[in-house]
Amino acid sequence: MYLPDFEYYSPSTLREACLTLARLKGGAKVLAGGTDLLTDMKNGVIAPLALVSLKGIPAIRKIAYVPGKGVVIGACATQNDLVNSPVLQERYPSICGTAHAMANNQIRNRGTAGGNLVSAVPSADLPPILIALKANVTLAGPEATRTVLLEEFFLAPRRSVITAQEILSEIILPDQETTRSAYLKFGLRRSGALAVVGVAASVEATNGHVDDVRIVLGAVAPTPIRALGAEQLLKGQHVTEALLEDVGRTAADECKPISDIRGSDEYRRDMVRVFTKRALRKALNMTVTDETEVTR
Amino acid sequence: MERIKDRKNNTKRYAIDLIVNGDPYTVVVKANALLVNVLRDQLGLTGTKKGCELGDCGSCTVLLDGKPVDSCLILALEAEGHAITTIEGVAESSELDVVQQAFIDHGAVQCGYCTPGMILSAKALLKSNPHPTERDVREAIAGNLCRCTGYVNIVKAVLAAGASGEGERHD
Repeated sequence: MYLPDFEYYSPSTLREACLTLARLKGGAKVLAGGTDLLTDMKNGVIAPLALVSLKGIPAIRKIAYVPGKGVVIGACATQNDLVNSPVLQERYPSICGTAHAMANNQIRNRGTAGGNLVSAVPSADLPPILIALKANVTLAGPEATRTVLLEEFFLAPRRSVITAQEILSEIILPDQETTRSAYLKFGLRRSGALAVVGVAASVEATNGHVDDVRIVLGAVAPTPIRALGAEQLLKGQHVTEALLEDVGRTAADECKPISDIRGSDEYRRDMVRVFTKRALRKALNMTVTDETEVTR
Repeated sequence: MERIKDRKNNTKRYAIDLIVNGDPYTVVVKANALLVNVLRDQLGLTGTKKGCELGDCGSCTVLLDGKPVDSCLILALEAEGHAITTIEGVAESSELDVVQQAFIDHGAVQCGYCTPGMILSAKALLKSNPHPTERDVREAIAGNLCRCTGYVNIVKAVLAAGASGEGERHD
């Protein structure tokens, strides 16, 4: 399998990269880890005239806590960078767990956090947990930089609000009162498998009383979606097993899954019910029937 | 990275410096050259195998700055400036490396196609985690598919290399 021909650019600043993209007028693609982009090019899905590599811009690979802003994840941080980040391990271990559940070691050493978002694949693992944690993304353009709520970033499978001249440069997790968060991925294998269903939950609770909750579903709609009805049902309530069952059922009603090689719509819906319950139990630090991040 | 224009075909080529198994090489490549093809076809290092070529099977695994990566999904241009280790660079002398010998001793090789990638994933694991558990080993080789052995003997071999203190030699 060979790659089609393309022009290669390796700018050394973000601005130069955006200007290059603007000059190439939509004919170029941004190369970060390449684990999605190069496979798509090999498969003939896309044949960009040029690739603009981000490897010469090390500034956008850092993960750091910036007071007043929150945790800033550089878009080119690899998935294993997320797994091993002391900042994330301390503040949002659920993101480390999510990254660890992705693909396999070789891919995690190349695939980037930003790439997982920009590819906008419905089954992607990082979007649900990042949306549950109120993430914003910074989109750098040739003229201006804008900040977009990740929840509003995705439009359709493989489509997002990013323009051909923009580069997703960082992911920002604002300071927040999160008791705990969790992402549970249901895949057909432990490694190298796409999510059949992914459920992220972020909960603010005191003694079993839920003050606030966000539930985000992946792989069961054209984009990651919040289960708003399920959230409403839980908000302000005292957690009981019966209530979690109702919340799971509501989330199952809210999703819009398709049938494909990995599972039927009916099956996915039922797994949303189960995994919503489990993700909430895990976020609430209740006894979890299944401790692993990935379940088969 | 030096840009060279090929006048005849009007395609750009680049002279890049690669460091493979500690040896410096200068190769002339097109932008679309994949690291696996440059290693195999231009440097003659055919120990690195090509399987799925889509990042699923791990037979093209090499170490980039000590970390296992799929060389079928990396442009040669992007590998410039990084230390690359292929299976040819695992043994430091004419004697086999401990992991290689453990694979032989435990019957961890059948057709052998996955073996170079398996050994490189194992080497990277043992370097960061000299005494891995079975779970650690299975996790580390999850990106290397073997269609012959059922993994049991491969896992045994890596555990044995760990037990022999292989990883500590490099710390």
